[in-house]
Amino acid sequence: MPVTELKFYQTGTFTIGNRLLGEEDRAGQSAANRANSLNCGHRACQGCGEALGARYAIDAAIRASKGQLVVANATGCLEVFSTPYPESSWQIAWMHSLFGNAAAVATGIAAAMKVKGRNDVRVLAQGGDGGTTDIGFACLSGMFERNDDVLYVCYDNEGYMNTGVQRSSATPPAARTATTPAMGVEPGNRFGQGKSIPLIAMAHQIPFVATASVANLRDLEDKIERATLMRGARYVHVHVPCPLGWGSEPSDTIKVARLAVETGLFPLFEAEFGALSGHTAIRRRVPVEDYLRLQKRFAHLFRPVVDVARIAHIQAIADHNIERFDLLN
Amino acid sequence: MLRQIEGSRAVAESVALCRPEVICAYPITPQTHIVEGLGEMVKSGQLKGCDFINVESEFAALSVAIGSSAAGARSYTATASQGLLYMAEAVYNASGLGLPIVMTIGNRAIGAPINIWNDHSDSMSMRDAGWLQLHAETNQEAADLHIQAFKLAEELSLPVMVCMDGFILTHAYERVDVPTQQQVDAFLPPFAPRQVLDPAAPLSIGAMVGPEAFMEVRYLDHQKQSQALELIPELSREFRDAFGRDSGGLLRGYRATDADTLVVAMGSVNGTIQETVDQLRAEGMKIGSVSLCSYRPFPAEALRRALGCASEIVVVEKCVAVGMGGILSMEIRNALSGLPLTVSTVVAGLGGRAITQKALRAVFQRAQFGQLQPLTFLGLNENVVSRELERQRDRRHSGPPAENILRDLRSPVCP
Repeated sequence: MPVTELKFYQTGTFTIGNRLLGEEDRAGQSAANRANSLNCGHRACQGCGEALGARYAIDAAIRASKGQLVVANATGCLEVFSTPYPESSWQIAWMHSLFGNAAAVATGIAAAMKVKGRNDVRVLAQGGDGGTTDIGFACLSGMFERNDDVLYVCYDNEGYMNTGVQRSSATPPAARTATTPAMGVEPGNRFGQGKSIPLIAMAHQIPFVATASVANLRDLEDKIERATLMRGARYVHVHVPCPLGWGSEPSDTIKVARLAVETGLFPLFEAEFGALSGHTAIRRRVPVEDYLRLQKRFAHLFRPVVDVARIAHIQAIADHNIERFDLLN
Repeated sequence: MLRQIEGSRAVAESVALCRPEVICAYPITPQTHIVEGLGEMVKSGQLKGCDFINVESEFAALSVAIGSSAAGARSYTATASQGLLYMAEAVYNASGLGLPIVMTIGNRAIGAPINIWNDHSDSMSMRDAGWLQLHAETNQEAADLHIQAFKLAEELSLPVMVCMDGFILTHAYERVDVPTQQQVDAFLPPFAPRQVLDPAAPLSIGAMVGPEAFMEVRYLDHQKQSQALELIPELSREFRDAFGRDSGGLLRGYRATDADTLVVAMGSVNGTIQETVDQLRAEGMKIGSVSLCSYRPFPAEALRRALGCASEIVVVEKCVAVGMGGILSMEIRNALSGLPLTVSTVVAGLGGRAITQKALRAVFQRAQFGQLQPLTFLGLNENVVSRELERQRDRRHSGPPAENILRDLRSPVCP
């Protein structure tokens, strides 16, 4: 990157299109010829992390595949807000079948492309955390195990937001949802052992696994572009804040996503064939409290009294991630 | 060429002749031999241009077929019993999306109690799912119906289930005439989808549909099934012209034209029924039978024509709507409403219980004299049932009913 005098805070981050930079240094999204695969006019909430993540991910896949892309979508927010009949925001070949079968439908599409000799067409499946970590998990694991030629992208907003914010197996400890209310002895979601789909995906020894965040869109684009061009089963897990479900300000979506990364709660890493092959270092480590305080779903940790023990427990999870993925180096 | 082969093998070869491009397989008795046969043909190179995918569940099997069919590939899978229930959500989805997938059902009972033997509970449970359902009477017909099914499905852009009785057909070795590739190619053109996922002409398939259009989409499926009422006999005639034998169609009568008593049934039990009809005819009874091939669409008009002149209708069905009675007979009563005749339900062969000529003969004779109850469970062991009912009356912790009945059957006091 040439030395450029930066006048605005945003140009120093990885978060936006960087239209203030020269053409060659800009994100794909700020290019005049971007695909706009998920076009404007859809019905996502203000500040929706999933809409942002999906737009960047699919446009990146379109660029990498030179427009030869077919997408299978699980039921969920993304499907609902983008396609009320007869309007569709999708400018691409796109299909929705069921909540739990996006990975299998994508396998079928890939198989059809294979027998038709369309090796140029790339197949991408996408869904939320519910459609990926819970109800769609069997189909996802089957697709991984067979090493089907599919890139699966999970947009993780840590709950069933479309049905009114219920707990999923990706909901973090202590978070309040409609089915883990902030009441009782231990308000909010229980402290479990967690269910990391990226690590489970790695255990399938598939060619590529990565995590990404809407706080670092250049990194997200890069990972999707590389993953699109690989063959076999690939998985990218994108952290996408949900202002509605998390009780965060719509204008804070990027900030909240960045704090998830900088606390260590959402580590950015990638792996090839089951082995870690890279990670993004935390530039400025922050305590989990900074992240938790911005979200009403964690409000009970601070009111009426500060729940020191449980905040420490969440901090321990973040510290463990930092150590495990060597995030300070 | 005429060969002595297993029903499943005949179906596998017949499906292979239809040049499927994607086959998804998940094992469940009694359909497993079909996908095994197809897997072998793909692996050996005999069936070219086909991807054979071993999936992790029936739900995935049909979901993969949904994806491949939407991407323009001729797609096939097979299942039975619990497998059909496990994929139920995808069954409705495939028809709602209008995807012409062909699926064989090796008809089998549904648990609990777990049972691998034949009845029609599985496909019956999906009777309102929007698929066409064709029932094969013999292995020859099972093989032939698949060739017709692909054409029917693709013409209408609706999925088709070809139902064949588990074990009775799937595992029986019979003489089957498996057609040649040239014959099938001349009958079945390549798949030209009505909708296809193509990056060059992007489409959204499976969008959210609200109250403003949902009913129209559903009604369209109903309309298409009505079209099938004309298309199925047409295809059957076309098939006869090309292959020289009768297979398929909406229904077939057997010594039915002058009969006072008419028996209606689906699938392989028609063979036993026809032999019983022959015996009773020889004894002077005016009896005949009708084999119903197309259960969905339900050929109400054709049934009215075929059954309307008789006075006693006996529906022999391998399923039961628990708490209500017969399923097929209810629909037949509906089709014949207003006609001066009696329709009796005979629930038979549940969980593979043998349906014998002797038992059928007794039932048909009772029907002739108007002595048949509206609902009969053929060959029911009333002894063990009353013993279990007694036990449940006497003891709070009477235990698991199926196991109690099995024990009673072995005890010297009963039956």
